[in-house]
Amino acid sequence: MKVLLRNPRREIEVPGGRSVERLLDDLELSREAHLVIRNGTLVPGDARLEDGDTIEVRPVISGGT
Amino acid sequence: MTAVASKCRACKAPAVIDLPRHNAKFCAEHLQQLCRRQMAKAIEDFDMLSIDDRILVAVSGGKDSLAVWDMLIEAGYQADGLYIGLGIGDYSDDSGGYVRRFADERGLTLRTIDLRNDYGYDVPTASRATGRVPCSACGLSKRRLFDQAAREGGYDVVVTGHNLDDEAAVLFGNTLRWDIDYLARQLPVLPAANGFPKKAKPLVRLTEREMAAWCLVRGIDYVVEECPIAAGNRHLSYKESLNAIEVNSPGAKASFYLGFLDRMAPLLVGKSAAASGELNDCVQCGSPTTGETCAFCRLVEKSSAHEPVPVEMVLTRGKRR
Repeated sequence: MKVLLRNPRREIEVPGGRSVERLLDDLELSREAHLVIRNGTLVPGDARLEDGDTIEVRPVISGGT
Repeated sequence: MTAVASKCRACKAPAVIDLPRHNAKFCAEHLQQLCRRQMAKAIEDFDMLSIDDRILVAVSGGKDSLAVWDMLIEAGYQADGLYIGLGIGDYSDDSGGYVRRFADERGLTLRTIDLRNDYGYDVPTASRATGRVPCSACGLSKRRLFDQAAREGGYDVVVTGHNLDDEAAVLFGNTLRWDIDYLARQLPVLPAANGFPKKAKPLVRLTEREMAAWCLVRGIDYVVEECPIAAGNRHLSYKESLNAIEVNSPGAKASFYLGFLDRMAPLLVGKSAAASGELNDCVQCGSPTTGETCAFCRLVEKSSAHEPVPVEMVLTRGKRR
C-alpha cells in the first residue's frame, strides 16, 4: 500500500495486512503525535490496513508557542 | 478489502479515532461533541468569553487556530480573524492562502498584517538583526501586533489556538527552569490589564491530535507542513518527551497541566512582574513595557534597517537551538 508521510512530504510503499498501530510502530512514529487516514477517511488505531489502500500518516505536532 | 474497525463508545457507529486518555473510541459526530464540550468547559471554568464579546482570533493557517475559529463561530460567538504574514518564504505564502480560503468560504471577517510591507522586516531578518532565535522574534512580533490590533479594533478579547500539548510543553520548560515569573503568567485566560487586552485559550483542554482530527472530520484544510524554522526547537523536544510519557500513561499531559492550574497556579498569584505593576509606557509606541522602549520597538528599529535575510540563511542558524 502507498503511505504518504509528511515533514518532509514523501511517499513509501509498505506491505498491507497490519493495523494502524502496527504501522506507526513499524515506522517508529508516536501514536500520540500522528493520525492515520485510510482512503480519505480518518481511522482508529485498530483499523486494518490492506494492500491497495492509500494511507496518509499525518503528524499533528506543531512547533510554535 | 478493509475490515471494519472498532465502534464509537457513544453510538456504536464505526469509530474514526481512539483517545486513550478517555479510554474510548469515537465516531466523527461524537468526536465533535467531545471537542465542543471540552471547549465549553474551558470557557466556563476560566470565565474566558461571554457570548456578547467581540473576539479577535489569531490565525496562522494551522489546525489549531482554524479549529478554534470554526468552533467559536459554530458556538455562536462573534469572532473575526487576524493573520500576520511573517515572511517565512513559501511557508508564509501557503499559510496565508489557507487562512484566506477558510474565511472566504465561511464569509468571515479576516484582518491581515504583513510584516515586510507594514513594518519593513520579516522574521528571518529580525532573527539575524537582533540575535534572537527565529521563534522568539516571531512570538514577540505576533503578541505585540495582536494586542495592538485588538485595542485599535475595539475587540474585547484575543483568542489563540494554544492547545493542551502547547501549554503542557511550555509548563514543562518553565518547570525545568523553575521560572517563577513565567509560571505565574501561564494561565489560560489573562484579564485586560496594564494596557494589554484580555487573552483566552479555549483549546487548553484539547490535544493537538484531537484538534487535527476536528479539522479532518469538519473538512477544514490547513497547512500540515511544519514551519521550517521551528523544526528542531526546544518546544518540540518537550512535546516529544511528554508524548513518550503519554503513550505509557494516558492522561499524563492533562493531569500535568490541568493539575498545575488547579493546585499550583493559585499559589503563584502576584508573583509575576506584570502583576506587581513594574511596567512603564514605551517612549516610542506607548505600549506597556518593563523598560523605556518596548522590545517590539527595538526589534522593528534594528530589523527594518537590516538588509533582508532569506529564510534559508536562518534555517542553518536554527540548528543550534
